[in-house]
Formats: sequence, C-alpha cells, structure tokens
Amino acid sequence: MSLTSIIEHCQNLFDDLRFTAVANWKVAVPGRLAIGYMPIYVPREIIHAAGILPVGILGGGEQLEVIHGDAYYQSYICRIPRSTVELALSGRLDVLDGMLFPSICDVIRNLSGMWQMLFPEKYARYFDVPQNYRDEVGGRYYLHELEVLREDMARLSGREFSDDELRESIALYNENRQAIRALYALRAERPWLAPTSEVYLVLRAGMVLPVEEHTELVRNYIEAAVASDRPLRDNCRIVLTGAFCEQPPLGLIKSIEMAGCYVVDDDFMLVTRWLLEDVPLAGDPLQNLARAFLRHSCATSAKYEPDKREKGKFLIEQVRASGAEGVIFAAPSFCDPALLDRPMLQHALSQAGIPYTAFKYAENSGQLQPIREQAGTFSDSIKLWSA
Amino acid sequence: MAESNSQAVQKEESMLKQKAMINANYHALATAHDQGRKVVSTFVPGNLNELLMCFDLVRNLPETNALQNGLRKKSGKMIMEAERAGHSEDVCTYVKSDLGMMLQGNIGPTGEPLPPPDLLLLSYTGCFTFMKWFELVREQCDCETVMLHVPYQGDGTITENMRNYVVRQLKEEVIPTLERVSGVKFDIDRLRAYLRESAKAEEDLAWVLQSAKHRPSPIDAYFGGVYYIGPIFTAFRGTPEATEYYRLLRAEVAERMAQGRGPITPEGELGEERYRLVVEGPPNWTSFREFWKMFYDEGAVVVASTYTKVGGIYDFGFRHDPRHPLESLADYCLGCYTNLNLPSRVDMLCRYLEDYEADGLLINSIKSCNSFSAGQLLMLRQVESRTGKPSAFIESDLVDPRYFSPANVKNRLESYFQMIEQKRRRAGVAA
Repeated sequence: MSLTSIIEHCQNLFDDLRFTAVANWKVAVPGRLAIGYMPIYVPREIIHAAGILPVGILGGGEQLEVIHGDAYYQSYICRIPRSTVELALSGRLDVLDGMLFPSICDVIRNLSGMWQMLFPEKYARYFDVPQNYRDEVGGRYYLHELEVLREDMARLSGREFSDDELRESIALYNENRQAIRALYALRAERPWLAPTSEVYLVLRAGMVLPVEEHTELVRNYIEAAVASDRPLRDNCRIVLTGAFCEQPPLGLIKSIEMAGCYVVDDDFMLVTRWLLEDVPLAGDPLQNLARAFLRHSCATSAKYEPDKREKGKFLIEQVRASGAEGVIFAAPSFCDPALLDRPMLQHALSQAGIPYTAFKYAENSGQLQPIREQAGTFSDSIKLWSA
Repeated sequence: MAESNSQAVQKEESMLKQKAMINANYHALATAHDQGRKVVSTFVPGNLNELLMCFDLVRNLPETNALQNGLRKKSGKMIMEAERAGHSEDVCTYVKSDLGMMLQGNIGPTGEPLPPPDLLLLSYTGCFTFMKWFELVREQCDCETVMLHVPYQGDGTITENMRNYVVRQLKEEVIPTLERVSGVKFDIDRLRAYLRESAKAEEDLAWVLQSAKHRPSPIDAYFGGVYYIGPIFTAFRGTPEATEYYRLLRAEVAERMAQGRGPITPEGELGEERYRLVVEGPPNWTSFREFWKMFYDEGAVVVASTYTKVGGIYDFGFRHDPRHPLESLADYCLGCYTNLNLPSRVDMLCRYLEDYEADGLLINSIKSCNSFSAGQLLMLRQVESRTGKPSAFIESDLVDPRYFSPANVKNRLESYFQMIEQKRRRAGVAA
C-alpha cells in the first residue's frame, strides 16, 4: 500500500463517527460483539480473547455538533463526556454492546454511572485500577478485577475462554505494541518521514480495527514512510504531553508541525503503549497482565507517583530518549489530571533545563492561529537560544 | 423571623462548643512541634481519625482550612496567589486556596501558623483531585507520604475484594508508616476504644439529621448541617469531646422539636416553614451567610443534604465497629458519599425526598468539584422523573468568590419557590 492510500484509509476511519468499520466487522460473522472503552487504559487482551472487538471511544472530535450532550454538562466540564454522550444519544454508538470506563478522572468515572442510567440495557462498567503498585497489595486487588472482567466478557460473548486463548490475545497485542514502538522509534529518529499528523491517524485506526489488522497497517505505514523521500526541515524537536484523554483537533497537530515543530514523542492513545514491555506468555496470563500493569506501565497524570523524586522523570526520559529539545504541554480545558499535574512536571523540566510552553484546547477548538503562533515562537526560541 | 442584619448572630451552646473545639485544634497544630508532637495532614472523606489518634498525631485537614479561609473571606487572594504561581484557573479552588495559603506563609484561618506536616496521609476517597493535591503539597514539604487508595463503588456495592484491598493497605502501608513517623507502636485495643466512642457520636448525629423528618424541622440539614458535621468529619471523631458535642446537640434539637420550633438561623429562629428542600452538592463558603439568607428569608428549610455525607453516611445505619476495626475503617472509607456511583446517589436523593416529605430537590453545582458535579444534570432529571417533585439547579464554587453571583442565585431560587407554589396549587385543584 502506498503512503497516500494508507493515510486516506486511516483518515476515513477517523472521520467516520458512525463506526462503520466496527459494524462491518460485526456483520461479517453473526453474533459478534463490540465493547467500547474510553481513555486511558483497559486490558484489551481480555476483551479480544472473548472474541469481542475492543473499540476506543475518544469523544466526537471537531466534526460532531453537540446538541444533546451539552444538556448533560455544565460549562466548566471538559468536552469529551458531552460529545461521547452525544455520540450515544444520536445512535452512533448503537454498534457497541457495552462500554468500559477506565479509572482516569472524576468526570469519566461519573460518566460510567450516567451510562448505567441512560442505557440500562447495555453493559457498562467502571474499570478501576490500583494506585498501589505492590504485588501483594494493589496486585491482588487488580488481579481480582481482571478476573471479574474476564467473567463479564465470557458472559457477554456466551463462551468461556481458556488461558491459552488469552495468551494468544496477549501475543497479538504484544506484536501490536512492538509495531507501535517501532513506529515511534522511526518518528523519533527521522520525524520528517513520519509526521505526527499521520502517526496520529495510524494510531487512531487502531481504536476501531481488529488488532491483527492494525498491526499490519502500522507495519505497512512504516515501510511506506521509510521508502518516502520527504525532505528534512529546519524544525525543532518537541514532546507533546497532556493530550491523553480528550483529543486535540487534527488541525492542532498540523498547526504545531507547520509552526516548525517535529513532535518526536507524545501521549496520544496511551492504551496502545501503556505497557512498556511485552507481556510474558508463559505462566498465568491474568497474573502476567497484572504484573505488567504494576511494574511496566507508563507514567501519566492519572496515576499517583509514590516517590517524590520520580515525579517528572518519565517525561524527562521521554525528552532524552527521543532527542527532543523541549516540551509542549497541550491539555484540554478543565482536564483535572493534566492541569493539576502540569506545574509539577514543569518544575521537573525546569530543574532539568528543558524548555517548555503550555496551552489548552478543546476537541472542537477552531481558532488555531494563536496556538500556531505560540508553537512557532517556542520553536524559534529553541532554535535561537537553546544549546 | 429574620429581623435585621445588625442583630448579633444567634448561636446555640453546641455551636459555641464546636467553635472552641476547632480553635483548640488549630492551637494544637500551631504548638505541636514545640510540644514534641507530630503532625499529619489528611483529607475529610475517608479520614482515619481514630487510627491517627492511636499514634498521638495532631491532625490537619487542608479542606477544612480552605473552607475556613473561605468563610473568613481570605481564600480569594490565596487562589489568585496560586494562579500567579502557575496553577490553572480551571482546577479545584480548595487546592489553590491551600497552596496559596502556603505561599503566603502558611498562616491558618485563625491567624496561628500551621506547622509543616511530618506526614501526608493521602486517603483518596471519592475524588481524584486529592491524589494530585497531595503530590502538589508534597513538593513543598520534606516529609513522608503514604497513600490509602479507596476503590470506587462503580457497581453500587462494596465487594470483598475492595474491602480486602483497603485493609491490606492499612496493614502493610499505612500503619507501618504511622508507626515509623510517630515512633508509637500500634495498639489495636486503643483503636477499638476510639471506634467505640465514634459510634456513640454517630448515633447522635444520625438522630439529629433524621430529626428533620419532623414538621417543622428543628434543624436545617444543609446550612446548619455543615456545622453539625464539623467535629465528626474532622479531627474529633472518636474523641470524648465529639461524643459530648453530639450529646449536647441532640438535646438542643430534641428540645426544639418538642416545642415545635424551627431551626436557628444567624438571624434567629426560623418562623414559618414554607418549603422543605433536599440539597445536593457542597455549599458556597465565601458568601455562606448571604446564600443561607436567600433560603431562610423565604421560609425554606433544607431537610436533607448530600454534602453532609461526604465524610461518612451515618443515617442509613453505618457505625464504626470496634469488633472489626480495620474492616470497619475500610467500609467507612468505601461508603463516603462521593464514592457512590451515580445511580446510588439518585436512589439516595429519591429516598430523602420521600422520607423527609420534601417539596423538591435543589442542586448547587460546584465548579471546583467534578466528583460531585459531573452528571448532576442527569441526576436531576432522574430524580424528577422518579419522584414527580420539582428540581432546580444553581451554580457556584467552594471558595472562589469570583464564582458566586448572588443576583443570579437569588433569581433562580425565587423562581424555584414559585414553581413549588404552582405545583402545590395544581395539586390542590386536582384534589
């Protein structure tokens, strides 16, 4: 596949707020189910092992006109829950047989209860995760939660699945994580070949495609990107952080790039990179998923950092590993985790001598010129004054 | 009723006692280090007061500091100070008030200095913001931090797995840290004794809250209720002073009830009880008196409120149980109001509307508090549809004076009271 056709395919999936790809997948084999999940992380392996398609729901984006959803939220609450409610009330999520609401913030947590009241006929579960990372404390709690999720998925799909089937799913998601790591490595190494506006779309495709198909897509994109002859520009290299839940408009990502920034790492769709290492296939698969979560998951604002000295280190390591020269904090308006965390992360960056800039957005932000100017100024300042 | 603003504020004996208790705790904090005592900072919902007392720790509660600063109209400048220091205008004003107070020298609401804590106990119940709040405070402090993660009742129940998780954290994280920081060995019998004391106070508090079922209600369960919960939600649960406070309060309320009298307001006793309301959401603290006046001037009494359940729900039977001390603490933490899922919160509101024969539901939606606020508009619709009683929605903030618009709030309340009148008239015609 050519680069153009891959991106066109991803763009079509991104634009399709009726989730036709999911509907087609279900129609292909009668009886198939699909379960939606919101940011930030769910163990998709368990859903997959039950033969169910996990579908990432990231709000309605800039294209969706929110009519009903605004009636459910006050003006000071972020946009993703209202556009998600809009998607559901307008029938666009009818294709889903249930929803998972991961532990990320009070708004998404409460949305789980709203879903239970608005759609009582559908499966809706708040998926809690431990903030205690010790095996014998948080690990035991989490393992039980994984068992409950496994039982729920088996009940919904109407069939139990074996440990071996779960291991097969873990293996497929390991391959997907490997492919995405390779994609991120390529972008960090040669960002002119894999612009973030494209990488983003490739990742978004993974929210609706079966994992096997998405892994193939990522590999095809890497191959096509490497073969392309895009020119290197005199851009600075930045890490973009804070956009782990409500998504920025695609135009915002393009604006940052056009302003002279190569995004060489980010926190988009962390579900695809939450587990930093492959999950072992030998042994108890649920135990392995639990341990991977406890020991090898990424740091983000929705997590508690038990060690003060570690605060911000993950972000600093992202900067160093990707060869970035600065950080752009891009957080959705009214996003508690990102905005509460930001001063601490900025402090850590200052201590490390890493420049940063910050702004807020909403998924339907239309005025991108100020952001473009801010990013451009930041890029210029890095190029002019950084070491 | 409500004669003139120039009158001295009316206070009952229990209020004076409570004020003395709170001031004494601030003084204990100010002098703690001079007296060789250690200080712990912790949160109201899911607080482990009895456990902390086992280690002779003086308890500091940042939310209480923020609201006390709000009541004293000091919080506005603190919030702006925090915003100048880089904290977003979008986030919780309790957090910014606390951080701003620290930036201004950490002088507490009563004017005495607050000591740097020796321990931050992050009991993370029903609100994600707490987690980041203590990470932010930790940046300013050179002390240990220990976390108690309390899982959310996503399906509306407390499971064995949730309870066991909390108990394991208490045993393996919290208690060892408390022993290390305080130098005091844990004595479970001492904990049992405190819990026994807690249950006595809880019994009396529950009675006081339920007295509002009487007509006229002898209490206001929101504006008065925030005073009633003061000792038990903060540094006093499990102490003999708290037991005595609630005994005194219950006697006062019982006397008012026996005499058919209404609640005491800042301007005296409420005359005719014209409207009985259930209120969801925290109050506004910066204009607390002005806000309350909008109710009592109209003869509106709050007969049940959810805010008075954020630090524990006692009116449905829960009591701390000395026979199962750690499990009981776990159940307490898991059962605080904002740890309930939304369907459970709707059930509770509907039950209040029926049991307390209320005219309707009023939601005070707080900008700072997504834990409370996200989903309240749907809750309102659900309650209206299940009970057939009218609801109203107003917006304000906890301690940010910029978000209290008295004209708008008053206008909405007046419209709401008219709506209740119309509904009564229609019901009268139909009968």
